Amino acid sequence: LLTKDRLRIGELCCQICLVTACCLLCPYLAGTHVNYEVKGDVAVVRINDPNSKVNTLSIQMQKELTDVMNEVWSNNAVQSAVLISTKPGCFIAGADINMIEGCKTAEEVTQLSQEGQNIFEKIEKSPKPIVAAINGSCLGAGLEFVIACQYRIATKSKKTVLGTPEVMLGLLPGAGGTQRLPKMVGLPSAFDMMLTGRNIRADKAKKMGLVHQLVDTLGPGLKSPEERTIEYLEEIAIECARGIVNKKIPLSKEKGMMQKLQDYIMSFEMVRNQIYKTVHGKVMKQSKGLYPAPLKIIECVKAGIEQGPIPGYLAESQNFGQLAKTTESHALIGLYHGQVTCKKNRFGAPQKEVKTLAILGAGLMGAGIAQVTVDKGVHTILKDTTVSGLARGEQQVFKGFNDKTKKRNITSFERDSILSNLTGQLDYSGFEKADMVIEAVFEDINIKHKVLKEIEAVIPPHCIFASNTSALPIKEIAAASKRPDKVIGMHYFSPVDKMQLLEIITTEQTSKDTTASAVAVGLKQGKVIIVVGDGPGFYTTRCLAPMLAEAVRVLQEGVDPKKLDALTTGFGFPVGAATLADEVGLDVAAHVAEDLGKAFGSRFGGGNVEVLKTMVDMGFKGRKSGKGCYVYQPGLKVRDVNPDIEEILEKYKMTPNPAVSSDSDVQYRLVSRFVNEAVLCLQEGILSSPVEGDIGAVFGLGFPPCLGGPFRFVDAFGADKLVEKMRRYEEVYGNQFTPCQLLLDHANDSSKKFHK
Amino acid sequence: MASMLLNSLRNCPVCPAWAVQSAARSLSTTVQLQAQVQTKSKKTLARPNVKNIVLVEGVRTPFLLSGTTYSDLMPHDLARAALQGLLHRTAIPKDVVDYIIYGTVIQEVKTSNVAREAALGAGFSDKIPSHTVTMACISSNQAMTSAVGLIAAGQCDAVVAGGVEFMSDVPIRHSRKMRKTMLSLNKAKTLGQRLSLLGSIRLAHLSPELPAVAEFSTSETMGHSADRLAAAFGVSRVEQDEFALRSHSLAKKAQDAGLLQDVISFKVPGRDIVSQDNGIRPSSMEQMAKLKPAFIKPHGTVTAANSSFLTDGASAVLIMSEEKALAMGYKPKAYLRDFVYVSQDPKDQLLLGPTYGTPKVLERAGLTMSDIDVFEFHEAFAGQIMANLKAMDSDWFAQTYMGRKSKVGTPPMDKFNLWGGSLSLGHPFGATGCRLVTTVAHRLQKEGGQYGLVAACAAGGQGHAMVIEAYPK
Repeated sequence: LLTKDRLRIGELCCQICLVTACCLLCPYLAGTHVNYEVKGDVAVVRINDPNSKVNTLSIQMQKELTDVMNEVWSNNAVQSAVLISTKPGCFIAGADINMIEGCKTAEEVTQLSQEGQNIFEKIEKSPKPIVAAINGSCLGAGLEFVIACQYRIATKSKKTVLGTPEVMLGLLPGAGGTQRLPKMVGLPSAFDMMLTGRNIRADKAKKMGLVHQLVDTLGPGLKSPEERTIEYLEEIAIECARGIVNKKIPLSKEKGMMQKLQDYIMSFEMVRNQIYKTVHGKVMKQSKGLYPAPLKIIECVKAGIEQGPIPGYLAESQNFGQLAKTTESHALIGLYHGQVTCKKNRFGAPQKEVKTLAILGAGLMGAGIAQVTVDKGVHTILKDTTVSGLARGEQQVFKGFNDKTKKRNITSFERDSILSNLTGQLDYSGFEKADMVIEAVFEDINIKHKVLKEIEAVIPPHCIFASNTSALPIKEIAAASKRPDKVIGMHYFSPVDKMQLLEIITTEQTSKDTTASAVAVGLKQGKVIIVVGDGPGFYTTRCLAPMLAEAVRVLQEGVDPKKLDALTTGFGFPVGAATLADEVGLDVAAHVAEDLGKAFGSRFGGGNVEVLKTMVDMGFKGRKSGKGCYVYQPGLKVRDVNPDIEEILEKYKMTPNPAVSSDSDVQYRLVSRFVNEAVLCLQEGILSSPVEGDIGAVFGLGFPPCLGGPFRFVDAFGADKLVEKMRRYEEVYGNQFTPCQLLLDHANDSSKKFHK
Repeated sequence: MASMLLNSLRNCPVCPAWAVQSAARSLSTTVQLQAQVQTKSKKTLARPNVKNIVLVEGVRTPFLLSGTTYSDLMPHDLARAALQGLLHRTAIPKDVVDYIIYGTVIQEVKTSNVAREAALGAGFSDKIPSHTVTMACISSNQAMTSAVGLIAAGQCDAVVAGGVEFMSDVPIRHSRKMRKTMLSLNKAKTLGQRLSLLGSIRLAHLSPELPAVAEFSTSETMGHSADRLAAAFGVSRVEQDEFALRSHSLAKKAQDAGLLQDVISFKVPGRDIVSQDNGIRPSSMEQMAKLKPAFIKPHGTVTAANSSFLTDGASAVLIMSEEKALAMGYKPKAYLRDFVYVSQDPKDQLLLGPTYGTPKVLERAGLTMSDIDVFEFHEAFAGQIMANLKAMDSDWFAQTYMGRKSKVGTPPMDKFNLWGGSLSLGHPFGATGCRLVTTVAHRLQKEGGQYGLVAACAAGGQGHAMVIEAYPK
């Protein structure tokens, strides 16, 4: 490959010679991913991966970069260099994940990390100043690259974000990030960046000292805005590189009083130790020790600061290698891939784009759907039956955007212009222009049928009717329709603007174009989408129901809600089971439990449905009513267990069987029912793939991300071991724990895996 | 003809002044220019069934850097001076005018209808209705075209339009919270209520609210946007400085040659008589290069020297139907022909009004760039002018952003803003439009051209362009 490239370079040089005869003055090294051009005394190194929408530091990219940089360093005409990406909206989005996944052992990954460290060390020690000109995402290894450069300029584009998201993949910044970042932005900010993995916008990055200078984005000129902005950034970066060489631009900024003070405080070992301790404590509290990456990050930073660079870099590369081979990292990377898959429309482009979307019911759900739709250039009609209901819904949408204004994500002008696309109304006027109607009315089949008939009288023939139901089978709803091929389920999760998942439910009659259109709308709304078959509870509700039934039984067996929450969060669920029930609404939970109980029989038993019903009768409907398992007081974060439920639980008390009631057993009782039901959904064809099952469980129900979803959990934990546990519970409780056939197949043949 | 003579005799008081002026004009006009006039044989833009509307006269107070000699006045004082100047120049009877319209941008709260206050103070009949319009830097253009509309619709025959801006004093408000407290205080009935309201005032409430210098919709200041615009079109710092220097040099030349006849002398109460613009300061490229960027630091290109400065000033024009003007014995200066208003993206194309307006108005008038003899573009920033020139010269821009088949072309520089522009003469936001139109009329007379084009950009991403035709000699 190298020789081939050289040949091409030769050809190019010849061409340049023929044209300008200044070959010696303007050497031009062209690889496929990286090339450089000399402008005066500044080498402009341009990166662009021709095979991808984003630039990643792949093996190819690294190799070409090394080659180019060596040229730059050896070229006497060059005094300084500018590093820039010609890809609009992306500088370098990180290391190539496939490259890490391709490694067989931890040692190989450590090796990769050390190679990265070496390249960036050379960059850091470059005798010729290197200016990183950043436009678009600069993440992970991309950020580690630029912080090794001598100077950083970033555009103010909304797409320009800097960050170290490795922790979200169960990894750490493995190419010097844990060592350089604390020195650059200080210990607290560095920990914040590396442990949360959050994206930092350019203006914030400037304030933090992560970049030196900001450049405005440009509007249209003689070229497209994107193209010209990159060009402008390059021009400024070149001037800047010259300025650094001429000593007109200082590389080290005079430290301010606050900075000096902070440095002074940080010079005490005791202070630093206190920080490590606090951060460690916070991580343990949030991650319950289930995620190794954050702890390793702290370890690496500490090693670098307390013991010096050599042990620091060594710790970084070794820990990086170890982390890459953990099940947690595999699970998180699996989720990442799954998310990418579920952000694509596998049904193709719909025949007609949805330009007007009508939503029925301005409740929490309806208004939430309106909020995620109206800012995508879709005319959104929000219809309710009462003025007060509509006003509440419209206020919810307004508040959503106003909060963004307060956080300065959008301007008040943008807010107003977005909201101009929203029409609130009490009648069906304008529905004749609707391309899709999503109903979010009360979960009652009769009401749904009434609404469906009313709507079909006013909408145009091509309009799609989507039902946002969490449990009613779409088939039953479609039974009242004149055109069942246009009926589909779109199950959103509350709060709609925060929850990423959208579960789309198709019946046998739903047309492919209807599905394509629903997915297209969901993607526009920014959702991660799973498309599942029809059936009681579809996929997500159906998995959750047995787990909640088990949770009620656990409560009846005398475990108090706080303990139940601790057990579930201790397993990795972000929200405890009791709190989740309160959030969902105990009335909804009771309703669903009863419905699904009827549909699936004793398998969905466990806890007594009467427990939930009695609570609802007493007015304990969960958070929305102020009381549920807990008592909620506005403004108070600490909440106490609702004392009134003790009586109810006492009434329905069950005696726990000590053989299956250890903390661990309680956890596996809850989880195994969830997982078994998920696998059954795949077996029955409700799910079309394990990937969608994992994504749905994690993004919709909060299945522990460190386990990567029910299917990846089975793969990693071992189906045989899970079946063994379930058999033990089956003996005590009966068929609720009977493993499904597919799970048994996997238990019997250890070579069978859901994920290859 | 006889009646015209009679009329001009009736208007005797102005006759001497008129005579002197026209004599001076013919003296300074070169023979060559006269010859040019005769060779022009372009068609007139008069259309059947469309009323001919003429500019009879246009005047302005000297434009002064804000904070200088006008600093103790109020906006309506300046507008009054312009109106009085117009009265003197034209000697029009004070009750002949049917309507008065003024444009302004930053309103003095006490005189929000500044047109009315100024008209009353200038001695116009109190029977003449007046209103004030606002459209950022094209406010007085709007005043003039409103006048054109009134005359074209047959509602009026003679309208005074003008504009005023007074940046030496701007309304500075209390904070919203403080205002709320003060308003509640008015309504408070008991001492207790009053005391509790007073007690609610916090130190932070006392911080004042300055008038916005930023675009409301984007929160971006105009200078910042201009700098980005210049960068988008690849306009260099040197190009901008050169253009600014050109503006100042040409303005200086025009001032020295006495070409700026629209300027009237103004005895400022308590101060001297002012009779010249004071912002014209030709510098050198070296001096200008020393300045640091004013908005985008450190790499921006817009500086104090290549931007228009904060200015106090007022202007006024007398617009009439041709019949009425002739009937009253006036010799009109020019016809006001087609005009357009345009608007576009207030963020990235804030100052591209001329680019959008020019092809549109030319099309309306059935003219091309080469037909235009006199160009007067509003110079908000040198970078803005250069960016507009480049945009007008780009097929790609015309096709991609304006939905046109091809570019409109750039005005030749030997016809462009030859007597200086807003960069050098100053830019009282509300008053500049009338200055542009009057200058076109004067230049057409002086240079002997037939068509002139006015174009201007304005905050909010709006713009205006107007075609002006010389009145036959």
